[in-house]
Amino acid sequence: MPELSRGEVRHLADLARIDLSDAELDHLAPQLNVILESVASIQGVAGDDVVPTSHPIPMTNVFREDVVVPCLTPEQALAAAPEREDDKFAVPRILGDEQ
Amino acid sequence: MTEAKLAGSASDRRPTLIDFDTVLESFDPAMGLEVHVELNTATKMFCGCPTGFGAAPNTQVCPTCLGLPGAMPVVNGKAVESAMRIGLALNCEIAEWCRFARKNYFYPDMPKNFQTSQYDEPIAFDGYLDVDVDGETFRIEIERAHMEEDTGKATHVGGTTGRIHGADYSLIDYNRAGIPLIEIVTRPIMGAGEKAPLVAKAYVSALRDLVKALGVSDVRMDQGSMRCDVNLSLAPKGSGALGTRSETKNVNSLRSVERAVRYEMSRHAGILLAGGKVLQETRHFHEDDGSTSPGREKSDAEDYRYFPEPDLVPVAPSREWVEELRGTLPEPPAGRRTRLQAEFGFSDLEMRDVVAAGALDLIAETVEAGTTPQAARKWWMSELARRANDTGVALDEVGVTPAQIVEVQRLIDDKTINDKLARQVFEGLYAGEGTPAEIVAARGLAVVSDDGALTAAVDAAIEAQPAVAEKIRGGNHAAAGALIGAVMKAMGGQANAARVREIIMEKLA
Repeated sequence: MPELSRGEVRHLADLARIDLSDAELDHLAPQLNVILESVASIQGVAGDDVVPTSHPIPMTNVFREDVVVPCLTPEQALAAAPEREDDKFAVPRILGDEQ
Repeated sequence: MTEAKLAGSASDRRPTLIDFDTVLESFDPAMGLEVHVELNTATKMFCGCPTGFGAAPNTQVCPTCLGLPGAMPVVNGKAVESAMRIGLALNCEIAEWCRFARKNYFYPDMPKNFQTSQYDEPIAFDGYLDVDVDGETFRIEIERAHMEEDTGKATHVGGTTGRIHGADYSLIDYNRAGIPLIEIVTRPIMGAGEKAPLVAKAYVSALRDLVKALGVSDVRMDQGSMRCDVNLSLAPKGSGALGTRSETKNVNSLRSVERAVRYEMSRHAGILLAGGKVLQETRHFHEDDGSTSPGREKSDAEDYRYFPEPDLVPVAPSREWVEELRGTLPEPPAGRRTRLQAEFGFSDLEMRDVVAAGALDLIAETVEAGTTPQAARKWWMSELARRANDTGVALDEVGVTPAQIVEVQRLIDDKTINDKLARQVFEGLYAGEGTPAEIVAARGLAVVSDDGALTAAVDAAIEAQPAVAEKIRGGNHAAAGALIGAVMKAMGGQANAARVREIIMEKLA
């Protein structure tokens, strides 16, 4: 039975850029473990004859023709942007580095 | 903070660079090259937005590539086909079944907060590409070629350098986000020794030629449609081990690939010989002085939590499809070069110059259009190369077609014009004055073969240079050159030199 440690939850929170207080960690870590337990009970049902699946429908090769379709206008694209400048999305100074 | 980190940062401020020959006395280099190729499909990898370079910001975006809620991706079939053709050209196996995966990270160049990529199930794997360096063949093993999507483009505003550090904020254009990319990853390249920098360059060059021949990408390193990351490590000489690697990102010219390998070898050796440890980190390459500087350290932040993309179904190419695509592969560039060199009768040196000038395809087309390899080479490597150089354009952009060159050469062969007049015909072609024949007529460039006019000019030359005429009468036929030159000058270069010589000989010999 996998157990999610408090440290692992903190790590996941860091990766998700969520700043969790110690109290929040104490609150959330057990909850996540409940979810894991629920999933584990499904794993117990699945036998060796059931292959892991990542898609509910067993189909392959769904492709699109390489044909251009209309885009959004910059106005539409930027409609929900908190900040913009020159038809570009303005974002806070980026710490860390480019991927 | 670890000791290794301190050692690394101190050496980065003032890296000790070890002389290249000294590096090789103590170490064996190992390289790994990751090349990203942007496909030239009309649309993006997972949506129908166009992919043209240089469009106004955020005009080639839709809910899917902006990662808006509810938007669903659909795979571009042409991109899958291009990926498989690249894989086949690299002698890879093509997966019978593979999936896309989400690579999760938070950075504003990907609005979805993940990049759709492939993880442990690449479309192509286990291939190789043979490259030639100074007559020695190196087999570069390809680990994998996988499909993914490009990111948006961030412009950093403020600060002094325009780079990330010191930027106040960033502006994002998502036109590039979602353009199909193929990432081609080599296995560690070992045993290249002193030739490591050249092998790296030769591999990227050969890969570029191959992808270009496939017609699936523009492979313009200067425009970012082909980008290279250079992994390098050193191990004690003869140990056969792999040392800690650095990853130099975005090395974007063939020359830079060679320089980046050379620099990192010298830098790693400086750290290792001083008893330090090389940091596993990404580094930036600087075009101006060929150096690298630290980017982000590989850390636990680089935990991408890959998982299979639930919005896309697996790609399972039938073997019939794979074989059909194999049948569309062009002749491999290296083999084609060898064949053309033999067919054209070029020396190794001539061939090397032709390839370096980017003239091989143009010469091949010109020969195909109906002239000799020698004539085709002469024009592309002299007159047209000079024109390209003077005007700062690529050779295939000088505005003269292979068919026009064939026509110019035909006019020379039938003695309508000579080589010197041909240069004026090319000037007419640059200026768009019509066909070569029309230019000859309009500019009055035809060679004069009319005996009456030539004889008059010869008589004038003999009268002007009696001493020379006397020499020829005395049997010194070589002296005729002076008279021919005088006639050519008098007739503005348009005299038929061979006929002039005949007339002189008829009169004096």
